[in-house]
Amino acid sequence: MTRPPRRPTWRAARLTGVRPETGSARTLRFEVPGWPGHLAGQHVDVRVTAEDGYSAQRSYSLAAPADGDAIELTVEAVPDGEVSPYLTEVIEAGDEVEIRGPVGGWFVWRPESTAPVLLVGGGAGIVPLMAMIRARRLAGSRVPFRLLYSLRDPGSRYYADELRRPDPGLDVAYLYSRSTPEGWPRLAGRIMLDDLAEGGWPADFEPDCYVCGPTGFVERAADLLLALGHAPGRVRTERFGPTGG
Amino acid sequence: MAIVSRGFHGRPRAGGDRLPPGQYLVDDFPVLSAGPTPRVPTDRWEFVIDTESGQTHRWSWQDLMALPSQTPTVDIHCVTRWSKLDTTWEGVSLDVLFEDVETAADYALVHSYGGYTTNLPLEELLDGKAWIAHRFDGEELAPVHGGPARLLVPHLYLWKSAKWVRGIRLLNEDWPGFWETAGYHNFGDPWLEQRYEDD
Repeated sequence: MTRPPRRPTWRAARLTGVRPETGSARTLRFEVPGWPGHLAGQHVDVRVTAEDGYSAQRSYSLAAPADGDAIELTVEAVPDGEVSPYLTEVIEAGDEVEIRGPVGGWFVWRPESTAPVLLVGGGAGIVPLMAMIRARRLAGSRVPFRLLYSLRDPGSRYYADELRRPDPGLDVAYLYSRSTPEGWPRLAGRIMLDDLAEGGWPADFEPDCYVCGPTGFVERAADLLLALGHAPGRVRTERFGPTGG
Repeated sequence: MAIVSRGFHGRPRAGGDRLPPGQYLVDDFPVLSAGPTPRVPTDRWEFVIDTESGQTHRWSWQDLMALPSQTPTVDIHCVTRWSKLDTTWEGVSLDVLFEDVETAADYALVHSYGGYTTNLPLEELLDGKAWIAHRFDGEELAPVHGGPARLLVPHLYLWKSAKWVRGIRLLNEDWPGFWETAGYHNFGDPWLEQRYEDD
């Protein structure tokens, strides 16, 4: 297991760009001088400080491989949250926060890995999985990836244009839980055994499975993967509760 | 001097002196674990303490239920920054389980159904500081929160309170567990903000 750098230090991070993803989520690009690099799937701590010295910290998944000293986070506004409304509605290019990391050495995909990969994302859980998809593309890896992306409705899709573009060796399937596009073949509903049986890999291919999303979603998807015969040690999970902010 | 983030004001400060540095309060109970939730039926559950000299002490679920339990109300702090105040548990104090255990070991490696491990000095488990908890908030402990039983060591970050606990190995030397070998702090005191290795 790769150890993260010892004693991750807080670094000044300047916002250099913003891309809207949905009505309530946006991708933030920060310039972080001295950024040590990271693996796809890792996250960072973000610290924001008010003028009176009060500060708040939250963890956010990295959405893309590092580009020199530039990193990207995708943040969803949590209703009544404290930090996420600031990051999604207030902060502007040129403003500064502090970032430390990368953090997390378990929910990661390494470009030298050769096992097929199944990514199962629910809602904002797509973010670290997208970092893996982008890392695969950047590395020119030919490891086959399948993404099952469960989301409420077509309007809550992150990275819509990028996931629409062909990426050889990556299969993408959308599972809508509340409402589907016109004429969509799958009925709206939560993730089912058949979704994972058809859209995933057979267990005897021994794929690495990464499941990320709200707790209920991750519990369900991970249980279904075990029911399909996947070994518990090959099912890596990352959960976020309704709490956040 | 911290960098000020223009336009950030923060919430009215809550929690006061019961909130360790860098934490925020929650009312719900978020879930964090590295893999699928193990389901352990109580008729096959057991808890073991293995000493450094090779002695094994074993309790079935019925054995555990027959022991005197306590109902601690404690604050819990997760390294992912949420804290929850006044959580109510029911469980058996480790002092009760260690009553007949003869050991001179300094370290404990806690292990769980599902393969999770975490380490801590044995003294952090004794003297009323830790429990094998089997009820939360008046209900049976749900599998997603570590049921049927989890370790509860509320004075350390919550990853030390191993879910689905299966046993404790007593060791003469410290043996880092799952997160402790993945860059997290070996001890994990929330009041000293010991989140990551060498914090």
